[in-house]
Amino acid sequence: MDWTLVLTQAINGLQLGILLFLLSAGLTLTFGIMDLINLAHASFFMLGAFICAWATLYFDSFVVGIVCAILGTALLALIVEKTVISHLYVRDHLDQLLATFGLILIADTAVHLIWGPAGLAIPLPSQLQGQVRFGELVVPTYRLVIIGVGLLIAATLYWLVNKTRAGMLIRAGASNRQMLSTLGINVKLLFTSVFILGAVLAGLGGLLIAPITEASIGMGNDIIITAFVVIIIGGIGSIKGAFVAALLIGFIDTFGRAFLDTIFALFMSVDSAETAAPAVSAILVYLLMALILVWRPQGLFPPKLR
Amino acid sequence: MPFKELNTVMKKSLFFSAAIASLTAMPLVATAADIKIGFVTTLTTGGAVIGNDMRDAVNLAVEQLDSTMGGKSFEIIFEDDGFKPEIGKQATEKLVKEDNVDIVAGYIWSNVLMASYKAVTRADKVIISANAGPSAIAGKLCHENFFSTSWQNDQTPMAMGELLNARGVKSLYMMAPNYAAGKDMVAGVERTFKGEFAGKDLTKWGADAQLDFSAELAKAKASGADGLVVFYPGKAGGAFIKQYQQAGLSGQLPLYTIFTVDSLSLPNLQKANMDGILGSEMSMFWGPDLDNPTNQQFVAAFKEKYNRYPSHYAAQSYDAINLIASAANALDGDFSDTGKVREALMKADFESIRGSFEFGSNHMPIQNFYARKVVADDNGDWTTSITKTVFESHQDVYAAECKL
Amino acid sequence: MNGVPTLHRIGGGLVLLLILFTPFVMLWLGKPFWLDIFTRLVILAIAASSLSLLLSVAGLASFGHAAYIGLGAYAVGIPVYYETYGGADWLASYSGWWHVLLGVTVCALFALVTGAISLRTKGVHFIMITMAFSQMILYLLVALEEFGGDDGLSVDLRSEFVVPGAQVLGIPALNMEEPWVFYLVCFAMLLLVLFIVAKLRHSHFGRVLQAAKQNELRVKALGINPYRYRLLAFVVAGIFAGLSGILFANYAYFVSPSMVEWTRSGELMFMVILGGVSTLFGPVVGASVFVLLEHFLSRFTVFWHLPFGILLLVVVLFGRGGIIGMLKREPKT
Repeated sequence: MDWTLVLTQAINGLQLGILLFLLSAGLTLTFGIMDLINLAHASFFMLGAFICAWATLYFDSFVVGIVCAILGTALLALIVEKTVISHLYVRDHLDQLLATFGLILIADTAVHLIWGPAGLAIPLPSQLQGQVRFGELVVPTYRLVIIGVGLLIAATLYWLVNKTRAGMLIRAGASNRQMLSTLGINVKLLFTSVFILGAVLAGLGGLLIAPITEASIGMGNDIIITAFVVIIIGGIGSIKGAFVAALLIGFIDTFGRAFLDTIFALFMSVDSAETAAPAVSAILVYLLMALILVWRPQGLFPPKLR
Repeated sequence: MPFKELNTVMKKSLFFSAAIASLTAMPLVATAADIKIGFVTTLTTGGAVIGNDMRDAVNLAVEQLDSTMGGKSFEIIFEDDGFKPEIGKQATEKLVKEDNVDIVAGYIWSNVLMASYKAVTRADKVIISANAGPSAIAGKLCHENFFSTSWQNDQTPMAMGELLNARGVKSLYMMAPNYAAGKDMVAGVERTFKGEFAGKDLTKWGADAQLDFSAELAKAKASGADGLVVFYPGKAGGAFIKQYQQAGLSGQLPLYTIFTVDSLSLPNLQKANMDGILGSEMSMFWGPDLDNPTNQQFVAAFKEKYNRYPSHYAAQSYDAINLIASAANALDGDFSDTGKVREALMKADFESIRGSFEFGSNHMPIQNFYARKVVADDNGDWTTSITKTVFESHQDVYAAECKL
Repeated sequence: MNGVPTLHRIGGGLVLLLILFTPFVMLWLGKPFWLDIFTRLVILAIAASSLSLLLSVAGLASFGHAAYIGLGAYAVGIPVYYETYGGADWLASYSGWWHVLLGVTVCALFALVTGAISLRTKGVHFIMITMAFSQMILYLLVALEEFGGDDGLSVDLRSEFVVPGAQVLGIPALNMEEPWVFYLVCFAMLLLVLFIVAKLRHSHFGRVLQAAKQNELRVKALGINPYRYRLLAFVVAGIFAGLSGILFANYAYFVSPSMVEWTRSGELMFMVILGGVSTLFGPVVGASVFVLLEHFLSRFTVFWHLPFGILLLVVVLFGRGGIIGMLKREPKT
């Protein structure tokens, strides 16, 4: 076994996990507190990437791009929450699915109309282009940046949710929604804030990955399903659960892709291993979810007192 | 109450029915053109990058022909396949049955073509693929009414294998998406490459395609290969190149590409300063600097009109329209006899961007394949330049299976 | 109160008649393409109706219904492929009876196994686990290189439904290759499915499901275990969706894994909600509106997803109960 390779894959898995966490954190909060299934979360992921790419190219600065993207997604989230989402809180899940799918269609087409079908690349500052060496291990600098920023955001969220008054309200909302209104809390304001927070986190996820994959139409739709898998495994409404599940899926997916064919080749022919491995590694994540749901129907860390 | 309700329900149902009826009866825009050509490509989703390039090339051809072929006026009806076989099939049916087109062309994706071609052949009309070239339709499923102005999937990777031999690559790592064309590409390289495979990866493709190749790149690097071949069409290609460079593989593991780096992805790569791609080689049947008068004219006109280099998708589409025009000229614009249309197309008597154009027995082109290198042109724009001829007059291997 | 179901039936009947006759009128007007659109419409209406059995009667939001369409379709594609190109003699056949038997069996088994597991969960967990199983089928089909993998399989001939002895009696065999015959077959299948769903709704079985949807505890207190009823509903819905898949393969002359993508399951769900969840004909109306809108909007602009998305929003925000709900509502006085 080549340990440098294993370590490299571990770092890759961590990075994928962090990205999934950024996307899932908002999803699990809006779901847990407002009981809202929001497919359009994927659109904020995409919009964050596009706004960042556009601003980076326009102002010739990645930092300005990031700032623009955060402000832009926050503003868009505010508009969408006030015009559409706020009417959906009282509706059932199916109405929410339908309406937020409508939002995805609108967002995807709007992006196509504004920026064309080709997608936008984000040029990285040259300091972030290189690689960092740890002995034999060579890691792209930018991936370390993603991991660092992601962990920082995770820590901030942890502090926000567990140590502040706003966080107390969020936790209270996730475990018992009725309690909030009886406590005389401005529920509307709380809901709007949580929605914007979630959207900005998704936008951050999008702009962080865009320098690697580029901003493209529907980029969030591809990953939103995995994000849903994450929050289901983690337990709906639990930030901690989302974090653990995101890392778990990041590792399983990465290691599955990296080593499954080698493992399969131990007990079948190389040819069949090469055919079977991609199929199995593609369903690994879903298999995991199905198994966990059978074992713990509420996910790994369900918020107590539902 | 029930009566009032009955009334409203009846009224509204009738209204609803009338709405459907009026929609279905909506008059179609009557067209005056004598010859109608359907063109199916991808105009929505991210795949529209390719579709737009093809459409631009077709429109250029229409302009140059002054909307006339064989002395008759013609028009192109574009349809979107939405990147889905089912939608592409329905669009094709619409062209054949409702627009009553004389000929159908286009098709980027193998699965869309496979889903659609029967709708055309069953109506005894001719279908011309301007890109997709799956092995089935070149071999055992070949059809007298099917023609291609592109290539068979295996040919370009076979040229790649030959190029790798010429470049002295002994140990190869290969990556491609896990779908039929991806597997065809791997098989194609395996046919001609004489060295050994240090490893290969088939990555997840489809609606939630994998765009992060870090795990695979780490494996490739550890494998000790002295060459890396990838096939990533569309947006995955740009993503791959960025990660290849970010992983610091640029000077270490030489990159060879198949249908991954083209004039659609190069401007984006240049904007992102991905200079690791400069100098990397690919195999292709054509290049913007291919030296023949038709091609020089085409590339110059395309750049003039659209302010960018045409891609091979554009070149193939341009050829498709001019091929149809050659048949129209031979038949004085009369497409009513499909047998004669086939004969006229088979002659391929037109000025191709390839220089000369010849069909094999399975109606796939017999053509040269070249090695192309990524370079900066005189204006500093990134493009590709042909470095050597890999195959001359190459015919695909499936032609033998075709019983035409 | 008594009048409402009758009214609903009249409205539904009108819609069905319209669906039945429109393509023939268009055919007569020299527009044969409409037969294609309406065939697709009817097949999707069958799938949507089968989903509504789960969604509106049992309250089970299955997000993996496309898997059954795919399984049904491959139950046609694979035998036809072997019959045309040789191999696997035990499987190879053009016979529609064999395709139906195969499709129904496979779908029923798949529904039984995955349903038994999925029904242990509730709400959004159920949505996600059914989707997970559907994704597994998707990647399984992609991995089947023998059957074209991602490229899918061409179906060279439509299923043949030969009634033994019919020819002797002078009854001609059903020519499925004839587009209007095939359309009538699809339409008959839609009627059959609607009939069975309507019967099931008002049976003991349907009442238990509806009661369990509203109050599971009360049903359990009566000594009835809703799990078994739900599992049966899951299997029945799976079989109907499989039938629509069999028709789809015949309609398209083509099967491919793209039939199983989660967006297709989503589309079916949207058809049901669009039409109105609580009604028998809602899914038919929803499928009609979906297919026709898709066709017309895409004709006007390649950016048709924009008006389509806005329409979805409008229906949800202003039209509770879907289109049928909007139609039924009394005008404001």
